[in-house]
This record gives sequence, C-alpha cells and structure tokens, in this order.
Amino acid sequence: MRRKQHYAWFFIFPGLILLLMFTVLAAILAFCFSFMDFNLLRPQDASFIGADNYIRLFKDTSFLKAMKNTFYFAVIVVPYQVGLAFGLALLVRENVKGIGIFRSAYFSPLVTSMSVIAILWTFIYNPNPTQGLLNAVFAKAGLPSCDFLRSADTAMNSIIFMSGWHGAGYQMMILLAGLQAIPEDLYEAASIDGAGAIKKFVYITVPGIKNVLVFVVMMTTISAMKLFTQPYIMTNGGPKESTMTLTYYLYRQGFQYRNMGYASAVSVIFFVVVVGISTGIKKIMKAR
Amino acid sequence: MKKKRTVLLLYIVNLILGLLYLSPLIWMVVSAFKPENRIFSDMSKGLAAFLPAEATLDNFRTVFLRSSMPKYIGNSIFYVSVLVLLSLLINSAFGYALAKFNFKGKNLILSVVLALLVLPLESILLSLFYIVNRFRWIDSYLALIIPFIVKCFDVYLFRQFFLDVPDDLIEAAQMDGANPFTTFIKVIIPISKPVFATVFILDYVAYWSDFMWPLLVITDADKRTVQLGIQTFFTEPPVYYGPIMAALAIASLPMIVLFLFLQKYYVQGISTSGIKG
Repeated sequence: MRRKQHYAWFFIFPGLILLLMFTVLAAILAFCFSFMDFNLLRPQDASFIGADNYIRLFKDTSFLKAMKNTFYFAVIVVPYQVGLAFGLALLVRENVKGIGIFRSAYFSPLVTSMSVIAILWTFIYNPNPTQGLLNAVFAKAGLPSCDFLRSADTAMNSIIFMSGWHGAGYQMMILLAGLQAIPEDLYEAASIDGAGAIKKFVYITVPGIKNVLVFVVMMTTISAMKLFTQPYIMTNGGPKESTMTLTYYLYRQGFQYRNMGYASAVSVIFFVVVVGISTGIKKIMKAR
Repeated sequence: MKKKRTVLLLYIVNLILGLLYLSPLIWMVVSAFKPENRIFSDMSKGLAAFLPAEATLDNFRTVFLRSSMPKYIGNSIFYVSVLVLLSLLINSAFGYALAKFNFKGKNLILSVVLALLVLPLESILLSLFYIVNRFRWIDSYLALIIPFIVKCFDVYLFRQFFLDVPDDLIEAAQMDGANPFTTFIKVIIPISKPVFATVFILDYVAYWSDFMWPLLVITDADKRTVQLGIQTFFTEPPVYYGPIMAALAIASLPMIVLFLFLQKYYVQGISTSGIKG
C-alpha cells in the first residue's frame, strides 16, 4: 500500500506548479513591488524606497477618497442587499406550486453579467427624461428628474441601488437553503403552543438562519470591497471622483499610469483591508 | 381555509414584485425588438415602454452585420471553455490527492491552499500582469487561461467531495489491477458528476462575466471577449439604444442557455457554500 502513495505527486504536480508560478509568486511580487519605485515605462530606473509608497498613499487625497467611497459603498450596499435577499427568501420559501418561477425571476439579473447590467442601467439612469427610463417614469409620476450618475451627490447611491438589485438573488438562494434547513417540527410545535407569526420569526427563524446570515454578510462585504466594473463602465470614477473605488484606483495607478510600485502598495492595503474585514466579522459574530 | 388565503396572497405579492424586479430586463428585451424612435416615444407613455410594439429584427441585424459581436461571443466561448475544462481536470486531481493520499508535505500544501482562499484576486492582478507580460502573453488567450487554471476554492470543493468517497471503492478498483490514474478516471470521476457539474457552471459563469482581467491583457480588437466587446460597442458613438439593447441580449444568451440546463447545479453550488461555510 505504501508504494502507491508517491502517485499523489502526479496528481498534485500540475496544479501545484501553476499555483506557485502564478498565485504565490504574484502575491510575493506584489509585496516586493510595494516597496519599490517601479514604473513599467522605465523599468531600468526601478529601486527600493522602503515604505515611501505607503507614506505617500496616506497623503494622497484621491486614494483616501477611494478608500472612503469603497467603505461607503460596502456599508450601505451590504444591509440593503442582504436585507432585500432575506425578504425575497422569505417570500419564496414555501414550496408551493410554481414558486420556482419567482425564485428564477429574482435570480435572473445574475444570469446576465455585470457589464451588461451596468450598460443597461446607464441608459435607465440617463438624466434626460426623454432618454432615461427612470426619469421618464419620474416625469409620468410628476416627480422632478434626477441627475443620477451625472452628479457627485447621487452617482454612488445610483450604483448602490443597481448593484443590490443585481446581486440580491445570489444571497437569496443561500438564505433560502438556510431557511429550508430549519426543521418544520419547530414551527409546528410553536403553533401548538400558540405562538404567532412574529414570535415564530424571532424565536425560530432568526436563530436558525443566524450562521448562514453571518456567512452571507461576510461574502457580500468582501465582494462589495471589490467594486470595479460599475464605476468603470458607468461613471469612470466620476463625477469629481465620487465613485472612485480602491480597485479602480489600483487600475488607474497600475495600468493607466503604469506605476507598478505605487499601485502595488494599493494592492497590499486592499488585501489587508479585505482580510481584516473578514476576520473581524467572524470574530464579532462568534463573540455573540 | 386560512392557509389557502396566505398562499394566494403570496402569489399576488410575488407576481407584482417579480414583475417590478424584472422590469429593467423586460425593458431591455422589448426595446431590442423596437425601432429606435418607438423606444423613445413609448418611454414617456409609462407602461408602453415595457410592452412589445412594431416588432422588428433590425436591431439584431445591425448587431450581426455591423459589429463584431458574434466574433466576441465565439472568443469568449472558446477561451472560457478551454479554461474551465483544464481547470476541472487539474483541480479535481489536486483535490483528489489531498483527500485520498498520504504523502510527505500534504498538510503543508493543504494549509497553503486553504490560506490562499482568502486572497482576493484583485490584490495580485497587477503583479500577475507583470508576470504575464514577461511571458509575452499580452493579447494572447494564454494570458486569459493559464494563470487561472488552478483555483483554490475548486480544489477545496473537490477535496470535500472526495473525502466522502469510500476508501473501499478505491481499494476494490486497485485489487482489480487498476493503477491510481485509471481508478481516478474510470471509478472516481463517473461517481462525481454532481461536483464536476457544480464547479463547471460556477466557474463558467464567473469567467464569462469577468471584466477586469480581460480589460488589462487584451488590447487587440480581434481578440476581445464578450464583456469587452459590448463595452466598446457601448462607448463608440453614435449611440443608438435599439442595437445596444439587442447586443446586450445577445451577449446574455449563452449564459441563459447554460442556466436552462445546469441551473440545478449552480443553485446547489451556491447554497451549499452557505451551509458549509
């Protein structure tokens, strides 16, 4: 039996090499580059500069703005999207005839990619009531038109509204599975004891779904931190950098200005923030 | 009696909310079949914006004849299929070794894989670009495929699945003289169809929708992926609503088809991730 264990290496080898060559090496390089003055346009001038990139970043108002915007997005979109998903999951929870159609309906925005959705909503958000669907609806309802993506005050909120709509179906499916894992007996026993719908929700549904909810919050927060496609397609980070996000800033520094070193420092900070958030959420939720 | 009324109420609420939820997509599809001026004239009439009228295929004709959308769809189908198939093969083998073999260094490799699960791809995209550039893979499908074949989450999913496969089954196959490779291909893979289907659709959708990485490594107009293609189609003036809506609908079609067949596995994949996580 011992003899055949070395076969394991044949199974692992291709994957392991690729993992080392791309993921692991890329992570190490990102860390090293972040301490260098390194522009891809003049690689011959590259040099180590210690923590200068980091120091510069914390004085860089665009970066700080990107950080603030990303957190703002996450703080608003997570409760909105998870709340929406939870509401929808409760609505499609009963296994009655035809409920699958509604589940698919709420899930369907996810079947189309984010770029498709972002383009579609750029038209929906057009500030001109004769060209933008939402403003046409507003006009019909007698409401004043809104600038949506064209104004620094409303651009990020417009992206939030759309992103939550697009993504909620995903979390709905996870929460639905969590809801269905709660034993039906509990509800029946509660009914016999005379508990009403609200009591059942508070004492059975909420504790039963708690762990899944924690997972969903964490997952939604992490993906919120990665916001890129929507501002890239819809606003180019504007107006007035109001939709500039961490990943967009990373893209701008790294790929438009080719500032490999400086952008790598953004990558490292991004990594620390994302990992920090996920461990933080886990800890807070465990403590309860 | 009361139960019946609640169910009816549930249907009504879901019907209204469902239609409202779908309204942006309904508008997209309906507008794709409308002449340009009709899209605008219906917009101010409320409900008419969401109802079909003067159905025409002109917008689709424009997309097919005057844009490279069909080509971009072909590009995406090609590279995503190659990527996902390679990824299934290599990640399943990786997960199998971590689940069913005992060898020196296994725990180290396993903990590296688990640790890398938290690494957000966005934080290494830049250095990955540097590596890919050094390989001279810019504007080549190699850049879209090779770096992403190994995915720690897939390795983890496969390992979890294979852990539950009884050892007796593997030993029985080896008694019959099968070596570890034939055991894997002829015994393990056939009983693991659900996990393969799940990983297949999760990855297919994810790579199909990917926007940021192709944006970095593909500049050649002929090699654009669907997502890059619709984005350029959308930014290049003159902007007409109808053809763009048609292009958006066409770009979504392959995923809709995939979902019709594999939706069950996709839903399984995302819902078990919550229960296990």
